[in-house]
Amino acid sequence: MAEAWDNTSDDPTRRAPLVLGAADFGSVTQKVAQLAERPKPPRAWYIAFGVSLALTGLLGAMILYLFTTGVGVWGLNSPVGWAFDIINFVFWVGIGHAGTLISAILFLFRQSWRTGINRFAEAMTIFAVICAGIFPGIHVGRVWLIYWVFPLPNQMNMWPNFRSPLLWDVFAVSTYFTVSLLFWYMGMIPDLATLRDRATSRVRQLVYGMLAVGWRGSNRHWQNYERVYLILAALATPLVLSVHSVVSFDFATSMVPGWHTTIFPPYFVAGAIFCGFAMVLLLAVPARQWFGLEDLITLRHLENMNKIMLATGMIIGYAYFIEFFIAWYGGNAYEHFAFVNRALGPYAWSYWIMVSCNVIAPQLFWSKRIRTSPWVAWGVCVFINIGMWFERFVIIVTSLSRDYLPSSWGVYKPTWVELCTLLGSFGLFFTLFLLFVRFVPMVAMAEVKAVMPQADAHAPEPTPGRHAHPIASRGD
Amino acid sequence: MDAPARPMPPRRALWGVLAEFDSAAALTRAAQQVRDAGYTRWDCYSPFPVHGLDRAMGLSDTRLPWVVLSAGITGAASAILMQWWMNGVDYRFVISGKPFFGLPASIPIAFELTVLFSAITAFLCMFAFNRLPQLYHPTFRSERFRRATNDRFFLAVEAADPRFDVEQAEALLREAGGTHLEWLED
Repeated sequence: MAEAWDNTSDDPTRRAPLVLGAADFGSVTQKVAQLAERPKPPRAWYIAFGVSLALTGLLGAMILYLFTTGVGVWGLNSPVGWAFDIINFVFWVGIGHAGTLISAILFLFRQSWRTGINRFAEAMTIFAVICAGIFPGIHVGRVWLIYWVFPLPNQMNMWPNFRSPLLWDVFAVSTYFTVSLLFWYMGMIPDLATLRDRATSRVRQLVYGMLAVGWRGSNRHWQNYERVYLILAALATPLVLSVHSVVSFDFATSMVPGWHTTIFPPYFVAGAIFCGFAMVLLLAVPARQWFGLEDLITLRHLENMNKIMLATGMIIGYAYFIEFFIAWYGGNAYEHFAFVNRALGPYAWSYWIMVSCNVIAPQLFWSKRIRTSPWVAWGVCVFINIGMWFERFVIIVTSLSRDYLPSSWGVYKPTWVELCTLLGSFGLFFTLFLLFVRFVPMVAMAEVKAVMPQADAHAPEPTPGRHAHPIASRGD
Repeated sequence: MDAPARPMPPRRALWGVLAEFDSAAALTRAAQQVRDAGYTRWDCYSPFPVHGLDRAMGLSDTRLPWVVLSAGITGAASAILMQWWMNGVDYRFVISGKPFFGLPASIPIAFELTVLFSAITAFLCMFAFNRLPQLYHPTFRSERFRRATNDRFFLAVEAADPRFDVEQAEALLREAGGTHLEWLED
């Protein structure tokens, strides 16, 4: 029996169970739904929420200060006209990508293990994109004219410049947000119906009832629902690749040494998935422990994510190497200088933080013991997130601070306002996330049930205890 | 045999008869029997999509993807037209020596709008094809039916079915293994 609880075996002849703990459908419902039904969350939730809310307040105060005083409160100046604003934007958009990867790409690849983590990975995507969207919105100087980025008819008879990748970005990120939100909400409708049917108070019945739009699990509905789910997954898959590619075009189409490279789109996408998975794990490890979800978000889920981080971390390491190789092989003196300057110039410290966190730290995941030790892996993920933030810092700041003309070189330092804005964006992210775990089923119950062995309509009559058997799980 | 949970409503107000099943497999077998008996106005209810149930119910494939495809084509076409009209015709300005309108530079937005139009349409189609939101449904009158979103499986034959006959429907559902039969009002 003991071995049934360890689902991290590498033996390919035995299919690993995705749900542990002798679960049946009812116990999955109970385990997940009760978290959103508690009259009061644990004290730790209130503390975390208080801290996050305070940091969100800090974000609001910093934005207010910026609006009332002007962009001079940031440390931007010639030659570095882009720094924390765009670093944070790229960082947060990247975080979001793992959620879409889990919900869409792993769905198309029939990776059933995604069902344990997809709901909150998708939630993470939405909250990360909200955080990302703030930065380009507030960095424009005259914020009251931000609507100029949209092609709206206006009295000046002007249209935006569609030949600029910055405008492509507007379309890419807003499409990404919309599609992620639709996908998330639609995936949640059956689970909201579960909460509606379990509701004991009139208010909960009404609120969850409205949100569940009268879902009743009808098979004629499931047929259309599943088809739409598949279509949305098929649309979100190229979309997620396009979003970070378009973000990388912001750099790659300009003439700045260190930016003007064709490697950027795949390199940005791999980096986004890498740090996004690190953020999923950062949230999943404490969540599964504090909310008692170890049977649904199992060690195997964590191990699979760690393997993906190892693979994408290697892609990132390879990209760092190829950038240097091409800078030398390409024979362009400015490009060559840009890369030597990254590794040995005034910002060399940030370059080496990036390399140690992104290339060296994930190598620990070669060890199965580390992959299956949640809190050790959690520590590695903290480093990965730091490293990926610094990657954007290195790319943006080193290239801008020293480009073609030495007389216009400069050094950029963030002001306290920029640092507090970054901190505040984490506050907003965690505030939204804590609200999510409080009120919404954070594991996709209907999807988890569908990958349990008992869900197989062609199975023989269930015998007691059969579902605890380690080889039984539907994989298709 | 269990007793009906509630008295049968008058024939005129009868919506249908609901039966409960233990497992996805039992529901699928029952669905095959109801299909073979020739009923058309009936449905299965389950807490998750049961694979193979579409075929067991004899459902035809949904036409929904075609609607989404046409929305995607509309999205791509409107993106190209918008960019051509706005930068190539209505408001021409030279920037970085780039052409006023060029197909390569129009592709990213054409792609994004294809996805956006298709996704919104697919989402709305899920509601339209399923006739949702529908906050009231006769099955919601059943206390036991609340477990249809938890761990139980149901099958309901509607009185509106041309072949519907109270005794026959009841016998069929009992024979198919259904328990806790209920007659529901509309």
